[in-house]
Amino acid sequence: MVYLTRKIEFSASHLYHNPALSAEENRRIFGKCNNPHGHGHNYTLEVTVAGEPDPVTGMVLDLKELREILEREIMQRMDHRFLNYEVPELKGQIPTCENIVRVIWGLLEPRITQGKLHKVRLYETPELFADCYRNGAGAR
Amino acid sequence: MSEGPKIELGRRYRFSASHRLHSPQLSEEENCRVYGKCNNPYGHGHNYVVEVSVSGAVDPSTGMIVNLADLDGFVQREVIDAFDHKSLNEEVEAFRERVPTTEYVCMEIYQRLKHFPLARLERVRVEETSNNAFEYAGEEIQDRVAVR
Repeated sequence: MVYLTRKIEFSASHLYHNPALSAEENRRIFGKCNNPHGHGHNYTLEVTVAGEPDPVTGMVLDLKELREILEREIMQRMDHRFLNYEVPELKGQIPTCENIVRVIWGLLEPRITQGKLHKVRLYETPELFADCYRNGAGAR
Repeated sequence: MSEGPKIELGRRYRFSASHRLHSPQLSEEENCRVYGKCNNPYGHGHNYVVEVSVSGAVDPSTGMIVNLADLDGFVQREVIDAFDHKSLNEEVEAFRERVPTTEYVCMEIYQRLKHFPLARLERVRVEETSNNAFEYAGEEIQDRVAVR
């Protein structure tokens, strides 16, 4: 098994606010992230696909194809967007790293038909990231 | 695949500390041969990076596995306060008897963090410099037994 990883970067804004909680609770739990005007990050996304190299092409999957999937599913949807308001898949969810990475997994998993999506890592900052991987696959 | 994918949260922390690699079980000459420059009796230091990964259910009301303020506070108290700007050999109890190689530093940090009450510690990765890194995820077999 070979693991192939491709990286993309996108920039987006968001804010954390749960309408079911009081203003005070929102501020206590989410701190600065609760600023109603929102704030932004440069996100880095690493997508890892696992598979055996095709004996003819030597590729697990064609990187061009992966690039196109990432452009269509992620860049067009999230780059330079306000995640709370412009990404329907995040509607009703707090756009934390954990939730965004799960949405990204759901968008990519059915599109990867050569090899299998193994892991998605989303950096919100260099110091904070979330990993999403196939249950039982182990974090590699 | 009925349970859906698994999600982990990763956070990077930094501390700077000095150490000296010297094993009392080895002769002076062997220490010098095994540890090279790291055996310098005056010690030397590094800017360490500690990457902590935790897992757990994502709370739908916060979107979080764990509130970062809680994780940061725990790591600060358990690790950073104890290690930052310290001599690991002289000032961290665990390294009075053990050589503070980054393998052991990584395992010691794992031991200190594994009781974090708000999420499950998955693994600790320690970068001693930007060119070397060590990971420890506990003893897998014991962990599996404990989970089931």
